[in-house]
Amino acid sequence: MPRLSYLEAGKLALAEEMRRDPLVWAVGEDLGRGGVFGQYRGLAEEFGPARISDAPISESCIMGAAVGAAMMGTRPVVEMRFSDFALCAVDELVNQAAKARYMFGGQSHVPLVVREPIGIWRSSAAQHSQSLEAWYAHIPGLVVVVPSTPADNRALLKAAIRCDDPVVYMEHKNLWALEGEVPEAAEPGELGKARVVRAGGDVTIVSWSAAVHTCAAAAESLAGAGIEAEVLDLRTLWPWDREAVLASVERSGRLLVVQEAVSVAGFGAEIAASVAEALHGALKAPVRRLGAPRIPISYAPPLEDKVRVTEAMVVEAVRSMTAAAA
Amino acid sequence: MPPADTPPVSNLDVERYRAGFRQMCRIRAFEEQAIAAAQEKLVLGAIHPSIGQEAVAVGVCGNLRKSDIILSTHRGHGHTMAKGAEALPMMRELFGRDGGYCQGKGGSMHIADFSVGMLGANGVVGANINIAAGAAHAIRLKGEDGVVVCFFGDGAINRGPFLEGLNWAGVFQLPILFVCEDNGFAATTRTSAMTSGAGPAARAEAIGIPASTVEGNDLQAVDEAARELVDLVRGGGPRFLVARTYRLTGHTSSDAAGYRPQAEVQERWLNDPIENCRKLLEAAGVPAAELAAIREAAEAEMRAAKDEAAATGWPAVELAYADVQDVGDPRTRAF
Repeated sequence: MPRLSYLEAGKLALAEEMRRDPLVWAVGEDLGRGGVFGQYRGLAEEFGPARISDAPISESCIMGAAVGAAMMGTRPVVEMRFSDFALCAVDELVNQAAKARYMFGGQSHVPLVVREPIGIWRSSAAQHSQSLEAWYAHIPGLVVVVPSTPADNRALLKAAIRCDDPVVYMEHKNLWALEGEVPEAAEPGELGKARVVRAGGDVTIVSWSAAVHTCAAAAESLAGAGIEAEVLDLRTLWPWDREAVLASVERSGRLLVVQEAVSVAGFGAEIAASVAEALHGALKAPVRRLGAPRIPISYAPPLEDKVRVTEAMVVEAVRSMTAAAA
Repeated sequence: MPPADTPPVSNLDVERYRAGFRQMCRIRAFEEQAIAAAQEKLVLGAIHPSIGQEAVAVGVCGNLRKSDIILSTHRGHGHTMAKGAEALPMMRELFGRDGGYCQGKGGSMHIADFSVGMLGANGVVGANINIAAGAAHAIRLKGEDGVVVCFFGDGAINRGPFLEGLNWAGVFQLPILFVCEDNGFAATTRTSAMTSGAGPAARAEAIGIPASTVEGNDLQAVDEAARELVDLVRGGGPRFLVARTYRLTGHTSSDAAGYRPQAEVQERWLNDPIENCRKLLEAAGVPAAELAAIREAAEAEMRAAKDEAAATGWPAVELAYADVQDVGDPRTRAF
């Protein structure tokens, strides 16, 4: 099985879909030169400047044009550079892309993918570091994808491009260089299916995006202390794999949700509430959430670190949950 | 020299403008019935009449093919009908009834008929400009020869998408005609009071898009301007048309428009585009009785559409959950 980086896997997925379907095209600032992180490097050479299209610094028009182009039967992949910048295009995404099919009574689909890199990424401060996935999970009509591995970045981006719904596709900037095995098979993944990162029966840790790796490391460390944590990577937040989460928590009796985003009104709250509603009697410990405090992200590393959920924090949370039940 | 009592010879394409007159009468009658229906609480949400602006919609759309595309605004009944949508499904949509163009899920501000290339009214001022640019971008990508027309009002030129969408159309040289319906008002405020600089045409020219201005209450003038521009746009680059007109009613059907003097409105009624066109046709030899009959037929058609829409039931409640999305469909996942 070949090893690819998360960045290369995403690039491969786009290239494969563009070879397969001439109506797939990508548009965003600096794409001709490879994109801000190099996720598009080499693609303009293969597909030409009309299908790997540069764009003015006009997030609103990049997104709005994608809506119009999608309604006309093409399948645009929109690059927003940073999810923070996509906020300049919220009307186009939320009022237009997400609503067009519904408010026009099913006359149109809007098959666009908006790639919005998220997450804390070495001293990038308050406008280049946010994780706003919960905003989009809140919006009817949108699919929200948050891949954590190279294999998923290939399989889920392919699925997103083939999906007829508008998909908010959130890659984590700190994962670009992460390498992993990517299956030879070029099949798209299934949107809405969680991945069991590690099986275990004492506690269920639910996470997504880069925080999955923090949880996996914490689970290894906990195993050394005799605590077996099951780590679930949701992979998509809408739809989210409620069945997999409930089944796991039913076995373990304990739920910890770990997210990089601000905890208040984050997507973890939805999972916690769903589990509390469905499995109240089966819980051996109160549901816990770990996420960022409700403060903007700082530039200076010691301040920036205040919003990070660390392996030690996950370990400590699990210990307190398992100790409380003992 | 012909004898003095011989009618002047007219070069007017009578058939063309009689059809345009009929379409303007239909739009006027539709909106008059819709306003009456709003007073009867048959129309449930806000409607934004385009009474007085019909010649812009008809003059422009009369130069489009069925496969060409338009994008409209919250004040979009005229554009929609001029592009070929039918009155009854429109009226049903305004009433929120079964058989409306959007299954009763959109109402007046989201009316659309993709089968005639009408890609939607829009509840957000200026939002259709970027979407229209993308529709034109898709035509270019697919190597087709279609044209996109994007209608918007003078109020929209102060929104960001005006800059972004026009720049986009200029950069990519897209087949799009921007039509600014300059009716003088941005909702209930005079646009001039809130607009710096020389206005829409100057802004378009500054972005490198050739702009022209036309008397928007003169069907013939709009038609001739649009014909030339659509020809230039098809297979070519963007153009910009300002159509000077006047909104004879309030911002919405429930807006009495007390912010403007009655004398001003009365004066503007003297430049009613339908009456202008009627006089044009009469001068070209069309009998007045024939023109009156066209108008009466349009009114009868729209009264019937109102009655039939009112007699139509509500959409099935299950439709509330339909057409949200395929992946994570609320009908298949209980949340």
